[in-house]
Amino acid sequence: MSNGKVYSGWQTDRYGARRRCIDRLVTGLSLIAASCLVLVLASILWTLLSKGLSGLTFAAVSKSMGPPGSGGGFANAIIGSVIQTALALVMATPLGMGCGIYLSEYGSKRNHFALIVRFVSDVLMSVPSILVGLFVYEVWVAPVGHFSAFSGSVALAILAVPIIVRTTEDMLRLVPLALREAGAALGAARWKVTLSICLRSAKAGIVTGVLLALARVSGETAPLLFTSLGNQNWSLNLNKPMASLPMTIYQYAGASYEDWVQLAWAAALFVTLGVLTINIVVRFSARRG
Amino acid sequence: MKHLPAEPLVQKQNKQKWPLADCLFYVLVASCAAIVLSVLGSLVVLLGVGAQQAFHHFGFQFFIKNIWNPVSNQYGAGAPFFGTLVSTFIGVLIALPLAFGTAFWLTDIAPKRISAVVGEAVQLLSAVPSIIFGMWGFFNIVPFMARHVQPFLMHHFRHVPGIKFIIHGAPFGTGLMTAGLVLAVMIAPFMTAIMKDVFNAVPPMLRESAYGLGSTRWDVMWKIVVPWSRTGIIGAIVLGMGRALGETMAVTFVIGNVTDVGWSLFAPRSTVASLIALQFPESPEGSLRLSSLLGLGFILMLLSFVTLSLARFLRGDTK
Repeated sequence: MSNGKVYSGWQTDRYGARRRCIDRLVTGLSLIAASCLVLVLASILWTLLSKGLSGLTFAAVSKSMGPPGSGGGFANAIIGSVIQTALALVMATPLGMGCGIYLSEYGSKRNHFALIVRFVSDVLMSVPSILVGLFVYEVWVAPVGHFSAFSGSVALAILAVPIIVRTTEDMLRLVPLALREAGAALGAARWKVTLSICLRSAKAGIVTGVLLALARVSGETAPLLFTSLGNQNWSLNLNKPMASLPMTIYQYAGASYEDWVQLAWAAALFVTLGVLTINIVVRFSARRG
Repeated sequence: MKHLPAEPLVQKQNKQKWPLADCLFYVLVASCAAIVLSVLGSLVVLLGVGAQQAFHHFGFQFFIKNIWNPVSNQYGAGAPFFGTLVSTFIGVLIALPLAFGTAFWLTDIAPKRISAVVGEAVQLLSAVPSIIFGMWGFFNIVPFMARHVQPFLMHHFRHVPGIKFIIHGAPFGTGLMTAGLVLAVMIAPFMTAIMKDVFNAVPPMLRESAYGLGSTRWDVMWKIVVPWSRTGIIGAIVLGMGRALGETMAVTFVIGNVTDVGWSLFAPRSTVASLIALQFPESPEGSLRLSSLLGLGFILMLLSFVTLSLARFLRGDTK
């Protein structure tokens, strides 16, 4: 059939013609579906670039937020975002890795506790992020009595943990049994085998998971609404409200001042480029590694 | 090598006595697992406890009543629930053909190199923060709906009996339809990724036999791949639904935020998540209003829990 000269029955009869017709139609439709999604991505990037690029000046990334018309920027939000996501990862990484190690090394099919924990971490992965914000508000902000950057980090950490758990477990499961046995045969204790053999050989995958969690968390807005709230000024105090890029976008995008909307677009471009860069780097290195 | 023991060495250590360091390590990682478990447990419990006041005050009426009035302190979950369910339904309805078509195109039709590039692009789309989707929707889709789609529909379909009640209303641009569209493009990449995996997992021999019998690509897709991977596809739909249910920032931007129930798909509405996001800052600690918002959160939590369990059950994985 490859040379186009061979005609088998189905290609010539009427039923075959109909099927070929449907096949072409569906092929066309699926091409349209795929191009729709690509066009959406292109449209988002185009919108961000056309509206945000002119606002992404040196002043915007070096000055703190200010009243409308003052020519302020969002430098304090950048710093705030970096501090809060970094703190969230510092909390989430050891916890998530510990949980992942437990699930892969001790969580056999008969271990009901491990089955429950695995299910729970899956549930946590799909909990709406705004509920995590509400939860941290109830646990932390309401009893303490004021919004704080630290509570924002806790909320982000809760969102990051399940991603790290999942990747750690998956990566540790890929470590061949022979490698563990080799370690055990050399007389290494079990914790030593886990830490210096399994974790080391799964390092690249786990780093990938942490980076993906970072990308996911750094664009989150909803959990910060009720926890770190946002701040117009420079603030490095973890016990006070702190600005962050997504919150700045949220507050400025709906504002009626031209320059604030402009800043919102610039910040949106900044965040999106950052998140996409992390994702591209992760995918690229994962494929090579 | 037959004289070697068949059992792996790292096994059945439960029966033996562990060295102290091993015990400590076990306790360390097990407590990590316990913390993760307790976080989710307390998340559910705390939302429930916070909502006690509202549930107690309004009783069962809270779930069905369409009222949200901070002045008279009357709250009901009717309107936000209506908005959440309808916008999610529209989102899934649009996302399903998009995701299915894209997955079909990526696995069976596109040349490998193009498929890789487009696949990456679609994956990147799912990494875009949700607030960016909100801004994009607010500044692109909303004006488009208000200026073109809605006037067009009004002009041509105003007098069609079955349709007119769905499209009536002033052309605001915000509303259930817009929210559904934005939700669709947010969850479609996610559903595409799952469907692509499921389609690729179909044994190649099945496809080859069907092609050998003279099937077209669509025949193979519709009669071999889809029946074979049906549960996986349903799982992808349910997971996408779960995402759409709890989506906050994007929906808040484009839905218009009016707590009301009605037939029109183009009128401003609100969802559970958008209502919580907007009303929370104005709700003082300990008030009935805050409690009602927590009650909404509690039900949303249950909804997403049910959808996830359903997805796992359908996929049939208990690993």
